[in-house]
Amino acid sequence: MADVKLAFIVQKPQYKGETSRLAITHAISYQTVEILLEDGETVTPKLCFIGEGVLGLQKGQNAMELYGITSTESHMKNTLLVDLDVLVCKEDLDRYGIPEDAMPDADEMGADKKIQVVPFTEIQKAMEEAKHVLFF
Amino acid sequence: MGKLALGCYPGLVGNMSYDFALKLADAAVSKGHTVSIWFSGNATGSVKSHQKHLKDYSTGEKHLLALVAKGVEICTCEACTVARGIQKPEGIEGVQWNAMHWYLGKIHAADRVLLIGGE
Repeated sequence: MADVKLAFIVQKPQYKGETSRLAITHAISYQTVEILLEDGETVTPKLCFIGEGVLGLQKGQNAMELYGITSTESHMKNTLLVDLDVLVCKEDLDRYGIPEDAMPDADEMGADKKIQVVPFTEIQKAMEEAKHVLFF
Repeated sequence: MGKLALGCYPGLVGNMSYDFALKLADAAVSKGHTVSIWFSGNATGSVKSHQKHLKDYSTGEKHLLALVAKGVEICTCEACTVARGIQKPEGIEGVQWNAMHWYLGKIHAADRVLLIGGE
């Protein structure tokens, strides 16, 4: 199969555990997987945040200053910079009172992509279209 | 026969999910399937050699060596591993070290993918 679609579903909050962050970095690594594949073969992940996974995505993070680690905000900007599709569940943002405009963008880095705040049905569609679904 | 790509993220000690991942891999390879295991997060602590098997703790080394001998490809996330103070010369023989795209590459070829989550 030339292109394999994946859905990465992040259900755990950032900073509370390691795996929610690993979901982001694993998705970003799609950029370099081609060195291990045959010509024309690709992997296309969609990174989706649902439930408590929507916590900790907001802009204005100071993780580097406070903890000496790369912030989730910075990771999110990198996902946009490498043209990943990032879907955030609208219902869950509403549930936690997080406004859509709190989501970061990477405009200053020249990214064309933006975080897409979508109804859960869109995330369900991404899961249905994917060959493999990975829950983090 | 199929190809199974296992992602294993929990630590060796403290829960039985890691143990389950290895037993599942063994069952699959014993049935003739092609199996790969990717270690990330706390699971990478399990690739250090010279583990002492105390009865109160799960052990990985003996099982990992047996799986490698059966042809299971096992790879640890280098960044996760060195972040835990484990250097390559200290690693269990036969376990590969690579970056996250190794797992995505195995997923590309896999018929089934299983991610056994961490904490």
